[in-house]
Amino acid sequence: MAWVLRFRKLCYVEPVECSSVGFQSFDQSQNSGKKDDAVGSKVEESVLETKQKQKTKQSKKQAKDWSCIDYCCWTIGYICTTWWLLLLLFHCFTTTLPGFQVPESPGARLRREGLAALHPVVLVPGIVTGGLELWEGRSCADGLFRKRLWGGSFTEIFKRPLCWLEHLSLDNETGLDPPGIRVRAVPGLVAADYFAPGYFVWAVLIENLAKIGYEGKNLHMAAYDWRLSFQNTEIRDHALSRLKSKIELMYVTNGYKKVVVVPHSMGVIYFLHFMKWVESPPPIGGGGGAGWCAKHIKAVMNIGPAFLGVPKAVSNIFSAEGKDIAYVRAMAPGVFDSEILGLQTFEHVMRVLRTWDSTVSLLPKGGDTIWGNLDWSPEEGHSCNLAKKKNEQPTSCDINSFNHSDRAKAFHVREPEKYGRMISFGKETSQLPSPQLPTLNLEELLGMGTSASFNSCGEVLTEYDKLSRESIRKIAENKAYTAKTLFDLLRFVAPKTMQRAEAHFSHGIADNLDDPKYANYKYWSNPLETKLPNAPDMEIYCLYGVGMPTERSYVYKLSSSDKCKSIPFRIDSSADGEAGNCLKNGVYFVDGDESVPVISAGFMCAKGWRGRTRFNPSGIATYIREYRHKPPASLLEGRGLESGAHVDIMGNVALIEDVLLVAAGATGAEIGSDKIYSDIMRMSEKINLRL
Amino acid sequence: MALFRRRKTPSDTSKNRSENSKQEEEEEKEEEEIEDDKKKKIPPKGKIWRQKKKKSKWSCLDTCCWLVGCICTIWWFLLFMYNAMPASFPQYVTEAITGPMPDPPGVKLRKEGLRAKHPVVFVPGIVTGGLELWEGHQCAEGLFRKRLWGGTFGEVYKRPLCWVEHMSLDNETGLDPSGVRVRPVTGLVAADYFAPGYFVWAVLIANLARIGYEEKTMYMAAYDWRLAFQNTEVRDQTLSRIKSNIELMVTTNGGKKAVIIPHSMGVLYFLHFMKWVEAPAPMGGGGGPDWCSKHIKAVMNIGGPFLGVPKAVSGLFSAEAKDIAVARAIAPGFLDNDLFRLQTLQHVMKMTRTWDSTMSMIPKGGDTIWGGLDWSPEEGFRPSTKRQKNNDTQFTRENKAHDLVSESKTIKYGRIISFGKDVAEAHSSEIERTDFKGAIKGFNVANTTCRDVWTEYHDMGIEGIRAVADYKVYTAGSVVDLLQFVAPKMMARGSAHFSYGIADNLEDPKYNHYKYWSNPLETKLPNAPDMEIFSLYGVGIPTERAYVYKLSPSSECYIPFQIDTSVNGEDEDSCLTDGVYAVEGDETVPVLSAGFMCAKGWRGKTRFNPSGIRTYVREYDHSPPANLLEGRGTQSGAHVDIMGNFALIEDVIRVAAGARGEDLGGDQVFSDIFKWSEKIDLPL
Repeated sequence: MAWVLRFRKLCYVEPVECSSVGFQSFDQSQNSGKKDDAVGSKVEESVLETKQKQKTKQSKKQAKDWSCIDYCCWTIGYICTTWWLLLLLFHCFTTTLPGFQVPESPGARLRREGLAALHPVVLVPGIVTGGLELWEGRSCADGLFRKRLWGGSFTEIFKRPLCWLEHLSLDNETGLDPPGIRVRAVPGLVAADYFAPGYFVWAVLIENLAKIGYEGKNLHMAAYDWRLSFQNTEIRDHALSRLKSKIELMYVTNGYKKVVVVPHSMGVIYFLHFMKWVESPPPIGGGGGAGWCAKHIKAVMNIGPAFLGVPKAVSNIFSAEGKDIAYVRAMAPGVFDSEILGLQTFEHVMRVLRTWDSTVSLLPKGGDTIWGNLDWSPEEGHSCNLAKKKNEQPTSCDINSFNHSDRAKAFHVREPEKYGRMISFGKETSQLPSPQLPTLNLEELLGMGTSASFNSCGEVLTEYDKLSRESIRKIAENKAYTAKTLFDLLRFVAPKTMQRAEAHFSHGIADNLDDPKYANYKYWSNPLETKLPNAPDMEIYCLYGVGMPTERSYVYKLSSSDKCKSIPFRIDSSADGEAGNCLKNGVYFVDGDESVPVISAGFMCAKGWRGRTRFNPSGIATYIREYRHKPPASLLEGRGLESGAHVDIMGNVALIEDVLLVAAGATGAEIGSDKIYSDIMRMSEKINLRL
Repeated sequence: MALFRRRKTPSDTSKNRSENSKQEEEEEKEEEEIEDDKKKKIPPKGKIWRQKKKKSKWSCLDTCCWLVGCICTIWWFLLFMYNAMPASFPQYVTEAITGPMPDPPGVKLRKEGLRAKHPVVFVPGIVTGGLELWEGHQCAEGLFRKRLWGGTFGEVYKRPLCWVEHMSLDNETGLDPSGVRVRPVTGLVAADYFAPGYFVWAVLIANLARIGYEEKTMYMAAYDWRLAFQNTEVRDQTLSRIKSNIELMVTTNGGKKAVIIPHSMGVLYFLHFMKWVEAPAPMGGGGGPDWCSKHIKAVMNIGGPFLGVPKAVSGLFSAEAKDIAVARAIAPGFLDNDLFRLQTLQHVMKMTRTWDSTMSMIPKGGDTIWGGLDWSPEEGFRPSTKRQKNNDTQFTRENKAHDLVSESKTIKYGRIISFGKDVAEAHSSEIERTDFKGAIKGFNVANTTCRDVWTEYHDMGIEGIRAVADYKVYTAGSVVDLLQFVAPKMMARGSAHFSYGIADNLEDPKYNHYKYWSNPLETKLPNAPDMEIFSLYGVGIPTERAYVYKLSPSSECYIPFQIDTSVNGEDEDSCLTDGVYAVEGDETVPVLSAGFMCAKGWRGKTRFNPSGIRTYVREYDHSPPANLLEGRGTQSGAHVDIMGNFALIEDVIRVAAGARGEDLGGDQVFSDIFKWSEKIDLPL
C-alpha cells in the first residue's frame, strides 16, 4: 500500500516532459497488448468521460481547495496512519517474533534452580538518579505540587527553565532549602526505578529480585535528597534515621535475617557515612551502639562505587562541563555560548551545581598518594586500546599480567601519560616533565582579593564574577594541578562552595585513625579516614564495570571570550593525542565504567580493606567482581545485557545474578570470590599507602 | 491510477490531449490571473498537469488521510495551546464565573500562623488504596509493578478474566492464591488519587503541605484492603510497619504524638491496630499497655463505619448495591447478558467473596443497634426533613421530626433484607416465616454448565434458595445467619477474623483474641486518657439502610436473589426507591454507624472506654457543588468527597497543628444522632 502511495506522490511532481514521454512509450506498448485493452477500453472510456465532466466542473473549485494546508494535512494523516499501523503490528507481533525472543532473566532462572528470597534487601541510589518532587514553591511553580522536578519527563525544564533552576538550587549559605522552597526526595521504589520513562536504573534489578520472591516487605529503596551533604539529609529529612528504623524493622519482620545493602555510585559513600553514623552516639550519630552493623548487615554490595571520588566531579565543579559537553563543543562551537538567546546555560548550570554539597563528596580523595602527582600515577602505562585488545584475548590473571609486561615494553618508546595532573593548562603542560613546569603558590592568589569589574553581566552570578582577570591568568599560569593542589585551586575559584562543603566532607588520608577528631561526621564518608565497623561476619563487595574509557584528567584552556563569559576556563577540546594515546578532546582516559575509574572503584576492596588493615580492623572480607563491558549486540537489546557502563551495569545479567545469589544467602566465596579483568591489583600495589 | 493511464488507446489520449489542451487554455488564463495576483512560483504548465493528476488521485484513501491529518493537527494545536496556557488560567475562569473562591484551608490557616506540629498518619479505607502486581500468571505478562487496582484500570478492559483472577484471593486461606502476589502500593501515592483526577487524600495532603507538612511528617499506612486485618500482619507485616513508622515519626519530631486520620474501613483497621499494638507478641505487637497513650494524640475518624454498613450485606448477598440496582432498572438484562458470556456480576461476586475485609463491615451489634422486626432507632426519619434542617435550629428540627413521626407510617428499617415490599411493611405478627437453617441444600447437578463461574449459590440448590426466601425478613442479627447459610465457606473464613456481637463481659479472656479487635462493641479502648477520638462524617445524603429483595427469574445460572428495583414508595418523599430504604448518612455509612460510638458508646467513662477518652462528633452537612466547575465540591458530605470538604480539612489541620477538641468547638451535629443513640438500649 505504502509503495503505491509513494509512487503516486512521485507522480505529482513529475514534470510535463517526462509524462508526455511516458505517454509515448505507453502508446508503443499499447500495440503489443491490444487484446487486454479491448475489454477494458470501453469501460475506461466511460469512466474517462465521466471523469472529464467532473473535471470540467470541479477543476476550478479544486484548484483552490487542494491547497498547501490540504497537502500538509494529507501528509500528516498519512504519516500518522502508517505509524499507528506499525505500532499495532509491533504490539501484536513482538512476543511471537522469533528475533525478539528475550533470553530468560537471571531471576527466573535462579528461581527455577530453587533460589528464594532470604535476606531483606536495601537499595541505596546514587547521585542524580533519584527523583525529586516539589512540596512548596514560588508562584512560578504553581500546579507542580508533588510533581517531579527531577526524574520523569523533565518537561518543566523546557516550559519554565529559570523557575526550574531556581527550585532545584539550594541555599548558598546553608546548603539547605532556600526560603519558601521545599523540594524533597521521592520515597519508595519509584524514586529510582526509572530515571526517565524507559531509562531504567533499578527497575531490572527489582524485577529480578521480585522473581525470586522479593516484595515491598523485604525490599526497600533508601531514597534521599542527593543534592544535600550526607549529614544534612539527616538534619533536614531524618533520612538516616528512617533508614536505620527501616533496616531494623526488616530485620525483625523477616525472621531476624540480616539485610543485604546494594548501594550504587554515590550511594556507596552515603552508606559508608550511614554505617559510621548509626554506631555513633547521639546527637550527631544514630546511637545504634557498637554492634549495630554486625547485627543487622550481612553484606554491602557496592555497585560502581566511587569510594575515592571521580575526576569528573572536578571538571563539573571547576567549569560545569564534562567529556560529553567538551565533545559537543568541539563539534559545534558556539552552540552553548550563544549569547543571542541570552541563554548562558553553563553559567546557570554551574550556579545551581555549586549549591549542591553532594558533588563535593565526589572529589578525588587521598590526594597525590592515591591519584598520583606531577610525574607519577598508579595507572601509568595504561593503554587506551586496552578495551579492544582485551576483548579479543581470553582472560585470567596470568595472561593479564603477561599482557601487562608486554605493554610495558611497548611503552618504553613513548612517555607515559601523566594522569596525576588532573588539570593542566595546555596540552604541552600535560606532557612536560615536571621540572619544566612553573610553580606558583596558590596562597599568594588567595591574598590578591577580588575586583568589581565584572558587574556588567551580573545577572547570572557565579563565583567567577568575583575573580579578577589577574588571578584568572595566574591560575592558568600555574599550569598543572594534581589531586592535592586541586583543592587549593577549587578553594580559590569557588570559596563559598568549598567552605560550605568542606564542613561536611574531607578528602585526605588519616595518619592516626584513633585521633578523636575523626569522630566528626565530615570524615565518615571518606574510606581513608574512617575505620569500617566492627563486624567480622560482614562482607563488602566492589562490583563495577571495566573496559570503557573513563575520564581521568583534563587539559584546560582559558576561554577566549571577554568579560561577559562568567566561566573563564574550559576544557580544550582541540587537544587530541596521536593514535593510541589516551588523550581525546582534551580529556585523558583510563579504564573504568565511563564515570568511575577503576582505581577509585576497586582500590579499597583490592588493597585498602583487604585483610586486616587499619581501615578495616575487624578484617571484614572484601571481594572484587568486575564485569567487562560488552556493547549491546543489536538495537533490540536496548542498553545491553552485558554492559559495564556506570548506570547500564544495573541491567548486567552477571551482576544481577551475583546480587541475587548473595541476597538468597550465598557468601562471597560461594559466588566465586574475586573476578578481575583490569589491572586493579597491580595499580593498587603501586600505591604506597600505610595500612 | 498509473495502470489506468497505461490502458488509454492512442485515440483516447489524443482526444484527451485535445480536450486537455482546451482546458489547459482555459485554466491557463485563470491561472495566470491568479498568479499575477500572487507571484509566479511554479511554471504554469507544470502546475496544471499536476492539478489534473491531483484530481484523478483524489481518492477515498486520500480523503481519509486528509481527515486524519486534519484531526491530528487540530488536536496537537489544542494540546499545545493547553500546555502553553498559564497554570492559573482555569482558576481565573472559574473565579470569573462563580466569583472569588475562598482560600483553601491550608493557605488560610497558614496566614493564621499555624505550622506543622504533630506527625500525621493516614489510614485509607477499603477500595481506595492502590494494588500492584509483584508476581502473576502468564496472562499478566508485562504488568510487573503496574497497578491492578487504582489508576486507569486499563487492564480490566484488556484482559478482564485475567484481572479477576489476579485480584481474587485464595478461597480457603484468604491469602494469596499460588503464583500470584498482589501487593499494596506504598507511600502517599497509594491513595492520593484513586483514578486520575479522582482525588481521595490528595486535597488533604496538599493542604497539610501548605502549613509545612512533608514526607517526614506524613505517612500513608497503606495496607492490602482485601485481606482480613490480622492477615495483613501475617502476610505483609503491615501492622508492624505502621508501629515502627509511628514510633520513628514520634522520635524524629521531638516526641510529638501522632494524629491518626483513618477513613472508612481504615477506622476499623486502626481500632484493630490499637488493640494489636498493645497486645503481647506473638499475636500482638508487644508495644506494652501504654503504647497508644505515648504515641497517639488523636484519632480523627472520617466516615467511620464503626458498626458496619448495610451496603456490605447486599454486596455479599447478591453482589449488588444501589448503583447496580439502578443500572439494572434502567437497562434490564444488560448485566445479566448471557450473549457475550459476560456473567459480570457472578465474576464480581466470586472475586469479592474472597476478600475477607468486606466481612468486617457487616452490621455489628445485631438487633440491639440496628433494630428488630418492628423497631429501629431511626424510625420516623423522613428524607424530606433534611432540607428543612439546613435552615432551622436543632430544637425545631426535632419537634418537626416528632410531628412527622405521628403522621407517617413508620418505616421498619430493622428489616435489613425483606422479600417483597408487602413483607417489608407488614406488621411482624402478620409475617409467616419458616426457618431456613434446617433446609437441606440440594446439589443441583443440572447447573454444571455455569460452573466456570463459581459462587457458593450453586451448592445451595433450589431447595435452599426457596428456604431463604421463605424466611421473608432478616434483621441485623439474622443477616449474619443468612450469610452463613448462603456462603458457608466465606463466613467460616470471615468469622475467624471478625465478630459482630456485643460483649456482655469485656473482662472475659476470650476477648483477647484478635477477631474481636475491630468490633468496638467487643473491645475496650486503650488506656490513654489524653487521647481524643473524633468522628467526622457527612450527613444529608440518603444512605442505604434496608433492602427489598426478590428471587431472580432465572435462578439456574445466576445469582438467585436480586434487589427488587420495581419497588418504590408511594410519594416522592418516601425513603424507598428502587428497592432500597434510605436513611440519613454520607451515601455509604448511615449516621448511626458513624456516630453512635462517639455519641454514646464511648461518651464519658463507659465499659467500652474505661479510661474516659474524650470523644467528639463533628458532622458536615452536605451541599452539592454549585456548578460543574467546582468539581466534587468543597462542602460535600459524601463518603469519599468529604475528603475535599474545606470545613473538615480545617478541623484536621487545626488538630494536627496542636488544637484540642474543645478548641474546634466540641460537637457539631446536624442529624438526630443523639436522639437515635438514646433509643438504643445498650448497657454501658
